[in-house]
Amino acid sequence: MIMENKLGLDFKQVEYARSLAKKIADDVQEFADQYTTIAVERTLCRLMGIDGIDSNGVPLPNVVADELKDAGSLSQGALYYIGNAIVQTGLQPQEIAEKIAAGKMDITKLPFSSEDQIKTAYDPLIKVALDRIKQRRTRRNHYIATIGEGSQPYLYVIVATGNIYEDVVQAQAAARQGADIIAVIRSTGQSLIDYVPYGATTEGFGGTFATQENFRIMRKALDEVGEELGRYIRLCNYCSGLCMPEIAVMGAFEGLDVMLNDALYGILFRDINMQRTLIDQFFSRVINGYAGVIINTGEDNYLTTADAFQEAHTVLASDLINEQLAALAGIPEKQMGLGHAFEMDPSIENGFLYELAQALMEREIFPDACLKYMPPTKFMTGNIFRGHIQDALFNIAGIWSHQGIQLLGMPTEAIHTPYMSDRYLSIENAKYIFNNMKSIGDEMSYKPGGIIQTRAATVLNNATDLLEKMVSEGLFTSLEKGIFADVKRPRNGGRGLDGVVRKGEHYRNPFIEMMLKRV
Amino acid sequence: MSEGLYSMEAKDFDKTLDLKKVKPYGDTMNDGKMQISFTLPVPFGDEATEAAKQLLKKMGLKDPLVVFSRELTPGFTFFNCYAACTETVDYTGIYVPKVESAVMSMEETDEYIKANIGRHLVVLGASTGTDAHTVGIDAIMNMKGYAGHYGLERYEMIDALNMGSQVANEDFIAKAIEMHADALLVSQTVTQKDVHIKNLTELVELLEAEGLRNKVILVCGGARITHELAKELGYDAGFGMNTYADNVASFIAQEFVARMQARSASEKE
Repeated sequence: MIMENKLGLDFKQVEYARSLAKKIADDVQEFADQYTTIAVERTLCRLMGIDGIDSNGVPLPNVVADELKDAGSLSQGALYYIGNAIVQTGLQPQEIAEKIAAGKMDITKLPFSSEDQIKTAYDPLIKVALDRIKQRRTRRNHYIATIGEGSQPYLYVIVATGNIYEDVVQAQAAARQGADIIAVIRSTGQSLIDYVPYGATTEGFGGTFATQENFRIMRKALDEVGEELGRYIRLCNYCSGLCMPEIAVMGAFEGLDVMLNDALYGILFRDINMQRTLIDQFFSRVINGYAGVIINTGEDNYLTTADAFQEAHTVLASDLINEQLAALAGIPEKQMGLGHAFEMDPSIENGFLYELAQALMEREIFPDACLKYMPPTKFMTGNIFRGHIQDALFNIAGIWSHQGIQLLGMPTEAIHTPYMSDRYLSIENAKYIFNNMKSIGDEMSYKPGGIIQTRAATVLNNATDLLEKMVSEGLFTSLEKGIFADVKRPRNGGRGLDGVVRKGEHYRNPFIEMMLKRV
Repeated sequence: MSEGLYSMEAKDFDKTLDLKKVKPYGDTMNDGKMQISFTLPVPFGDEATEAAKQLLKKMGLKDPLVVFSRELTPGFTFFNCYAACTETVDYTGIYVPKVESAVMSMEETDEYIKANIGRHLVVLGASTGTDAHTVGIDAIMNMKGYAGHYGLERYEMIDALNMGSQVANEDFIAKAIEMHADALLVSQTVTQKDVHIKNLTELVELLEAEGLRNKVILVCGGARITHELAKELGYDAGFGMNTYADNVASFIAQEFVARMQARSASEKE
């Protein structure tokens, strides 16, 4: 896309802000590169083909990674021990995991083979895993090339019945009504459990669990309805919390298309330890990038706790940082679903102009990103009729500013998870506006020095100031000070820090390099 | 199909308001007019419309009018309907338990605490159980508050600590003991499958087991919480939609004073 400049933004300043964000991201990356986590190692177990559960229902990747952790061996990495066990026993990783689960093998106590032997043992398995993911990517591309897809902004709706089979009914209905992306909401609290449940699930609060089998069930249902409609339907789930990279790999295996994937969100809103989740995030993004998955970041959530007018610049600053962190993980711009939101108090005079200014600003600053635009939630009051109009204004801003993903607001926001009819009304609302106002953004230009241009410039100025401060302090200290969303998180607080270890001398994760090189 | 729409017929009902027999109001007293929308798991068509009408009649509604119907997905039809309600309620006989305290502004509450208690009140809040939402507790506690109502953190005479979301009841109680909390605020946003009821009940049981229940003012809140429900579950008060930090702070301060007075009265006896 050609960079547009209708807002009169100072693009030298944008580049300066971006260079600040890059420094912050590089700083984080330098830290993350030195560590691994129990979730990263479980992910490598899955990439080696380990799946299933033991007799107590514990996932086998947890069985293997926990054994390494308990033996103080996690720092050498799962590939080292699994590769060695293959050499020593001639067994496949799945068989090895089953033996560990049955208490018949301790992979930390086997004789050690040479690094070359170990590498030779796991290399073919790496190729199998990469091929499996590539096949999925090819399958998606083939679908899009043959049956086609909806145009941007993609209509994104959620299903949240708490039962995967009921979710299928709702998802197919939503697709037939016009949805392009179906997000299957997870059970509340899943982000805080340090394993991924196994199998199809029919329970949960506010949604059902993200499991590989649930991914498979929903993918199949969306392919069916996509073929029926002649439009590829994307599937979205949540790759955040304590199992970020594991969920990424499960999604990569099962053909997920979009993943919420944001460490900052987990830190601020789920109290996940910042060190743990930023390390996890890197590998999860490498996988998502390789799998062709669009990541969504959670900046919009800042405005649900902090004031949307006052704190708009924190969203831009965070988007710039997330852009750089994503780039380091090899995510191309068109897979960057950077988040922002339409969340201002509806009683603000000219509030729509400020919202529009910010949406246009995001578009101009991130011209090729698949921007994710979030609907009003904070000021949805239970007055469903006004709520429907708030969502209409949001849809107008969305089509006007060419957003990538329009997460549709529901008139019943703040009342219940959407009914089938709520989703219908919201999709109808968006389709009407997107069609009726399709080219409005191309027709409009903005008064120099007017409300819209001034607002965009102000937000950019404030974001730049914030990034300047953050460069000197670093991301960790900034988060400790409550720079985003008015939430303060200690560096060593929150959940999951005990799963972080510094990489040892035998540590290897060849997936990172191979995925970044798109092998 | 012509019922109601531009009807020239005289309306043959009594147009006098009788609070013992209250009915919905459309544009004429006692016309009973209501709008109803719902989905039936049947395919679109005349049979679907008839099913919707029959259902409305069974709900005690007369002259049902299906003004819009649309198949949402094969086998599911959505309806917008209007009809006239035949049932009435006796408004004069209604009693709803409410939080009885007068609502004071932040400044008034601070003054009230200074004058009547003479020390800071310690208030601990959290969104407990698996509930990941902080929006409710933040609206009440955070400095900024919500919709122009400052949160408890801004009160001069309240020491407020917001523990955030997904706080286990056990951890919440441990913190309450550590801080010598005077009041505990529990927010529940997720109410699917009544998970909030289980969680709120568990907290009361744990507090009772610890012998703490009567030593603290226990308050719950959330969009689906009513004062009546809260009392039923063993809480001192419940705050639902359209209540703010002012309501909560006023209640806590006045309840604290009422308890002080009750204690000193019983000591004198």
